[in-house]
Amino acid sequence: MTGLLGALLPAVPLVAGLLGLLLPPAPRRDGATGGDRARTVAVALGVTGAAGALALAVALLVTVDGPTEASTTWVDVGGLMVTLGVRLDGAAALVAVAVTAVALAVQVYSIGYLRRGPHDDIDVDHRYPPYAAQISLFTGAMLLVVVAGDLIMLLVGWEVMGLCSYLLIAHDRRLPGAPAAAMKAFLVTRVGDVGFLLGIALLGVSTGSFRIADVLAHDHSGATLTAAGLLLLAGVAGKSAQFPLHTWLPDAMAGPTPISALIHAATMVAAGVYAVARLYPLFTAAPVTLTVLGVVGAITLLLGALAATAQDDIKRVLAWSTVSQLGYMTGALAVGSPSAALFHLLTHAAFKALLFLAAGVVIHAVGTTLMSEMGGLRRTMPVTFWCTVVGLGALAGVPPLAGFWSKDGVLTVAESAALEGTGPAPSWVGWLVWIAGLLGVAITAWYAGRLLLRAFFGTPRLPLVRPHDPPAVLRWPVLLLTVPAALLGLAGFVGAFADRLRFPTVPVAGSEDGLVHLAPGVLLPLALLLVGAVLVTLGWRRDPTADPAVALGPLRPIFARAFRLDDVQHTLVVRPVRALARVARTGDEVVVDGAVEGSGRAVSGLGAGLATLHRAALPRAAAGVLAGALLIGLAAAVIGVNQ
Amino acid sequence: MTFGQVLLVAVLAVPALGAVAVAATPRDRAARLVGTVAAALTLLAAVPLVFGGRGWVAWSAGAPAVRPWHQLDLPWVPGLELRFHLGVDGISWPLVVLTALLTLLCCAYTMWRVPDGGSGRALVALLLVVEVGILGTFLALDLVLFFLFFEVVLLPMYAIIAGWGGTDRRRAARKFALYTLFGSVLLLVGVYVVVAAAGTADVVALTGGAGMSRGTQLAAFTLLALAFAVKSPLWPLHSWLPDAHTQAPTVGSVVLAGVLLKMGTYGLIRVAVGVAPEGARWAAPVLGVLAVAAILVGSLVCLAQSDVKRLIAYSSVGHMGFVLLGVATLTTIGIQAALIGNIAHGVITGLLFFLAGAVKDRTGTGTLAELSGLRETSPRLAGLLAFAAVASLGLPGLAGFWGEAFAVIAAVQVGGPLWITLGVLAAVGGALTAAYFLRLLRQVTHNRPSPAVGRVGPGLAGAELTAWVPLVLLALAIGLAPALVLGVAEAPVDALIGVVKP
Repeated sequence: MTGLLGALLPAVPLVAGLLGLLLPPAPRRDGATGGDRARTVAVALGVTGAAGALALAVALLVTVDGPTEASTTWVDVGGLMVTLGVRLDGAAALVAVAVTAVALAVQVYSIGYLRRGPHDDIDVDHRYPPYAAQISLFTGAMLLVVVAGDLIMLLVGWEVMGLCSYLLIAHDRRLPGAPAAAMKAFLVTRVGDVGFLLGIALLGVSTGSFRIADVLAHDHSGATLTAAGLLLLAGVAGKSAQFPLHTWLPDAMAGPTPISALIHAATMVAAGVYAVARLYPLFTAAPVTLTVLGVVGAITLLLGALAATAQDDIKRVLAWSTVSQLGYMTGALAVGSPSAALFHLLTHAAFKALLFLAAGVVIHAVGTTLMSEMGGLRRTMPVTFWCTVVGLGALAGVPPLAGFWSKDGVLTVAESAALEGTGPAPSWVGWLVWIAGLLGVAITAWYAGRLLLRAFFGTPRLPLVRPHDPPAVLRWPVLLLTVPAALLGLAGFVGAFADRLRFPTVPVAGSEDGLVHLAPGVLLPLALLLVGAVLVTLGWRRDPTADPAVALGPLRPIFARAFRLDDVQHTLVVRPVRALARVARTGDEVVVDGAVEGSGRAVSGLGAGLATLHRAALPRAAAGVLAGALLIGLAAAVIGVNQ
Repeated sequence: MTFGQVLLVAVLAVPALGAVAVAATPRDRAARLVGTVAAALTLLAAVPLVFGGRGWVAWSAGAPAVRPWHQLDLPWVPGLELRFHLGVDGISWPLVVLTALLTLLCCAYTMWRVPDGGSGRALVALLLVVEVGILGTFLALDLVLFFLFFEVVLLPMYAIIAGWGGTDRRRAARKFALYTLFGSVLLLVGVYVVVAAAGTADVVALTGGAGMSRGTQLAAFTLLALAFAVKSPLWPLHSWLPDAHTQAPTVGSVVLAGVLLKMGTYGLIRVAVGVAPEGARWAAPVLGVLAVAAILVGSLVCLAQSDVKRLIAYSSVGHMGFVLLGVATLTTIGIQAALIGNIAHGVITGLLFFLAGAVKDRTGTGTLAELSGLRETSPRLAGLLAFAAVASLGLPGLAGFWGEAFAVIAAVQVGGPLWITLGVLAAVGGALTAAYFLRLLRQVTHNRPSPAVGRVGPGLAGAELTAWVPLVLLALAIGLAPALVLGVAEAPVDALIGVVKP
């Protein structure tokens, strides 16, 4: 029964997506009626798929107790078993609920967001049916990752997700940068996936099967585990936007805002963290991998937070905040607590989806993504304002909002790993994560405050625009998401919830005494939170029209360009590969093919030469014939004498 | 004669008679219809070959390594001990069906559109002759017969390129014919060496080496592998392919990429590896290195390519590199990967060439710089192109994934510094493959329509959909159920590896 639920869970949105792709992709140019009907069907398919999956996920959450496995052979390649099966536990069910809830919100929200308004000079709902279908596929692929009981199956979901992100980021035809951003998203994650595939290959070959249960149960050699773990982490870094493969995520803001919500909250970036939690015993058995993950996580955390401080684009602030929050999650994994990581993943899904959808409402209303053109929206858009306050409070970790509890959980585990050495990696990794996490709290409070003040307080900077709260189809998804963004943290106190996030296989102390902690240690992050909030408010008070980011001084352009890592990537990877490609092409055409063409020409030249030799005037030809006869005669005579 | 034997004969006789009938039919359209019917009947005869005959020879110590489901063994030229020996098993059957299917789709496509250059009747007749040659190559179990069928393909394909191709077609066709003829000479010498040393041309008897000395096997493998490497093509013997593909008409490209190249990889597995296993073991590292070089060079060249058809042609070099890497590992997984990679490449690249041809027919150009914004004017064509490109870059869940991923896994399984490195480099090649296909999509489908694309209407012809939809469905079906190919190939590959591995 549970197995069937698990199998249906990804199947429902996948089927809805594939059906949706069969609809006419764009409204016909002449009559609008056909296009409208296709749009209606697409909306129905998308919403039904997401809602059906949500119902299944909730049913699964209710019924699942303890890990469940169900699998059948998919294909047997030369003795290597690839299975088709599900592996379900409480964590999988919780993540599935988060994924499907956000997906449903995004599907509903998109109906209103991608509709041609009276002021739009171009039809924004162009190609709505493939858009909705791709969201369904995206959801289904993520759910496949969530329930997969086999590494190859997981890889299928993993890469289909990459493809869907590519397609959806490139959806908006009005943005010239969208195709490049989409390509970057797919390629950067694909580079990580080279490692992921090789890691899976190592584990599969070592085990003789790709079934996750078999892989976890098998006794791998230390070298295999370390190599496979590090290779898997490359894929995780790509999907979960960890340094140095994080560069695609901010650019992915070129996608429509609901897509940003989907990518940042529930799918894609969550997949990497989830995959590590899923295969956690492999990583604890090779602590080097967790050390690397801890260092990467700490760098990502601070890098994202600092980059978020100087962005002017509201979506890019949120994007960098995602990078930073993902650093918390991988940091939690590195210090030994997948439970804390997944708890933060869930609360983050709630508040980040809320923040993006609220930002979408703002963008919809004012027609720009730049905060320097907003301001004073508090009075004209009160609903959006309060929703954003809840989202930003949760992001910064204001008690009792969701982010506070989950972030505190991460920090507590890191603290214990640092002070008591409870983590699987060396204690300095604990220190690194802990200190980065604490600094991150202050910086997060600062940039969250800046976003709120710049967009919603002060005086409006675009006098001609009359912003207003959104219509119901946009409002309700936002309003409903405020509930988990505010309260999900308290669920940590509920035993049933905490039990479902417990990892019985993890032999690490620290996190096992519950998800939430009310210890004196909580005062430290709270104090840092206050420091950040007070600093940004003071800066803003001094000059409400100026950007608080001027306080960053000369660092501001560096932060705004995220330490110019894009340029580094361009110089170190993109340009050399392009140059190499040109060299390869020239070499292939001039050297390899040149040799072929050259030998062809040489042969025809030789033939022509011989032909010319044969084309001789009578005297020389006669002399030639006679000389030939003489030679043959001589040869015959010599051979005859010898015999 | 059993039913299976009747089918075997029918698979070759129907297209051969069909070609004659097409040539004899006076009216062009009726002739094309006759050809399409003949191709359809061939497919109908090819599919049921899978039924019956399996499992009646159980594996035992004395059983030969090639155990055809159906075979037909008749004396042909008794004086020279030549036999007309045909047979089909799990290694050849998927390729037989693929050949029959692609030829049918090409004939059906020709019903709708005949490329400039000659009559549609002649084109269909030539396609059917090519089909006879390719099917015969896959079915022949006698080396001399194999060689003959291998050669039958050459001239009609030359005529297709030279007759119906692009502006530079004569040069490209000549290069194709001469280059592959050079490979054929090597094949002939290789066949002669084997037959002279072993005293028989029967593939069933020869598989496993037939007691040939090590020196003979090394020589035979070198000759045969070189011959098949030209056909496959393996870098650096590939340079006939981009010109031939770029100049060939759409249906020519589809047959060329879809199945003609497979004669090379099939020959490598069945003849070169099977007949000279010791030579194969000796040459495997070289083959592996060249295969990975093909993957990397092919992908890099694609990244700098400026013509759609040329890009897809070079992508074949990279994809066949994965297939050859699988073969070079000489493991069950590797050969299985090569077989499914072969089929997937045939389906997907066939589709890609159909779509590239459609784009070129509509816009009148194949230059990347002149194409953009296709999704604005023809969203369905753009969507199909995106599907084909994504399938070709090896997205898990579609057909291209299995061959590439398992070639890498096979290399990792062999282990050791060399093969692990090859596996890693091949995986990096996978990322490069994604890069050039995304570059293609970004250029062709995104942004504002270019003047050439602006003229394109959104509609697709019924004949186009008829030709494409089966390939789309197959790419999806093989991706979701790889057992369609791997299931039938399991036993013969195991048997082959049983004699190849000492």
